[in-house]
Amino acid sequence: MMRRHYALPGWGALALLRRNFLVWRKLLLPSLLGNFVDPLLYLLALGYGLGHFVGRMEGMPYITFIASGIVASSAMNTATFEGLYSAYTRMAVQNTYLAILATPLQIGDIVLGELLWCAIKGTISAVAIILVASFFGAIDWRWLPLALPVILLTGFSFGAIALAFTALSRSYDFFMYYFTLAVTPMFLFCGVFYPLKTLPLLAQEIALVLPLTHAVLLLRPLLTGQLPSNVWLHLGVLLAYALAAYLLAAYLLRRRLLR
Amino acid sequence: MRNWVRGSMLRNPAVPSPRLELAGLAKSYGQRAVLRDLSFSVGVGECHALLGPNGAGKSTTIRCIQGLTRPDVGNICLDGRPLADWPAGGHARMGVVAQQDQLDPDFTVEENLWTYGRYFRLPTALIRQRSRELLAFMALEEFAQRPIQSLSGGMRRRLSVARALIHQPQLLLLDEPTTGLDPQARHLLWQRLRTLQREGVTLLLTTHYLDEAERLADRVGILQHGSILAEDAPVAMIQKHIPGEVLELRRRDGALPDAENWHQGRVAAAERSGDTLFLFDPQPERVRAHFAADPEYQLLQRPATLEDVFLRLTGRELREGEE
Repeated sequence: MMRRHYALPGWGALALLRRNFLVWRKLLLPSLLGNFVDPLLYLLALGYGLGHFVGRMEGMPYITFIASGIVASSAMNTATFEGLYSAYTRMAVQNTYLAILATPLQIGDIVLGELLWCAIKGTISAVAIILVASFFGAIDWRWLPLALPVILLTGFSFGAIALAFTALSRSYDFFMYYFTLAVTPMFLFCGVFYPLKTLPLLAQEIALVLPLTHAVLLLRPLLTGQLPSNVWLHLGVLLAYALAAYLLAAYLLRRRLLR
Repeated sequence: MRNWVRGSMLRNPAVPSPRLELAGLAKSYGQRAVLRDLSFSVGVGECHALLGPNGAGKSTTIRCIQGLTRPDVGNICLDGRPLADWPAGGHARMGVVAQQDQLDPDFTVEENLWTYGRYFRLPTALIRQRSRELLAFMALEEFAQRPIQSLSGGMRRRLSVARALIHQPQLLLLDEPTTGLDPQARHLLWQRLRTLQREGVTLLLTTHYLDEAERLADRVGILQHGSILAEDAPVAMIQKHIPGEVLELRRRDGALPDAENWHQGRVAAAERSGDTLFLFDPQPERVRAHFAADPEYQLLQRPATLEDVFLRLTGRELREGEE
């Protein structure tokens, strides 16, 4: 039975992706509403409210500065949520994965399909923010075609880390650890709201290990009309997270479902 | 390379092989052995029932066939070929109805079938056509657009069977298919399973309902502690293990029936379980008359069933185990 367990994912991943898309389409309105209204509130409250006191940051209006940061953190949040709560529901509550494993689809298909969906959902929320922020003149569209693949990669990486957690989790409560100890610190310390160099040196170094930092360092220039520096370093870190977490998630899910 | 979906071109008609063959399966979780040298086979078009108390290894057996559990030793062959040699573990020829509900609650009844058909890479038109046919077959036509949450237990189970048939598998695995269903729902499902068998689908089901095995199965295997204890056609198995009629004796005061063992030497076989004495004999009339004279006794005379075989072989006391 070796072959079944270790085959590479294929078209089956697209079948699962399609399934998730069809479910999402059923809840299109509330889902999109959240995608648009949330960033609007953030941009108004922080960009205008806080921005009034901050003025300019790194040579740009504060709302422009945080718009790109929120694009990155929103891709993280949305993909994380999908990889944790939604995936856990399918895995442990609805038994969707077990039903799928009775078909020619295999664990690799499930993992890849889920992560592609995490990437796409993260991108949908990021694009919603880009549209809202553009309304305030806070986005430069020049390098948008380059920003989109980075956003997809960001969603994929965070989805993969989340899915690995899900495969270990015994209940929804477990996810609070991940949010409190990983997602929230990244949201606050990875350069979304202020430049990294504001932090003490040690904190900067820690931040450089975290994936969100690299997503922000790529997306902020790309969304404000500049080309980022150290592109390969940042892409490399995101890709390394994506690949390592993908393999880990596949291993853990296989261990959990194929006993 | 994807042509297995289209069917059984790889089977050699000159060598008739069983549809499914399990040989020497063993599986342990730590110290706990769940399967020990489990072997049995299911012929083409046969309905085979696996009977066993909770924890006997029924679900693990189904999981092994499905490829969800890898046995420590042993082989499973589908149509004469090891499962490992089949693309995707032979899932294109195998349908599975799991014990727990695995329907997709995010979809309606027909969407469940459509989505599942996609996993088998069937073309859309074919999926739609088969979905209509299967919903009609399972008496679910009028519920096609209903959400899953609105279905009764019996309807859900029928939909689970319909979904497992979307790719027209030659082998259908059913893990306790009627557990928790009311009598009407069970009978409807049994009828459909018999129809499937007539149409040539091979069925392997696990159950702890003895009447279910008696009604549906051509062959029954009794599973205990992870291996087959006895295997035969239901009627043959009853005749082999239970001599004649069954007489159940109980006392109204709850005392031990026939405490002085008067019955010994007067019946072919006897067995005590809690407050009941079971007597087995081709002609139990004389013994019956003896006890009927005492108003303290409650008597029940009935033909032997598979349940008696099962309980004789696996023990009458309550077994608390986990699957």
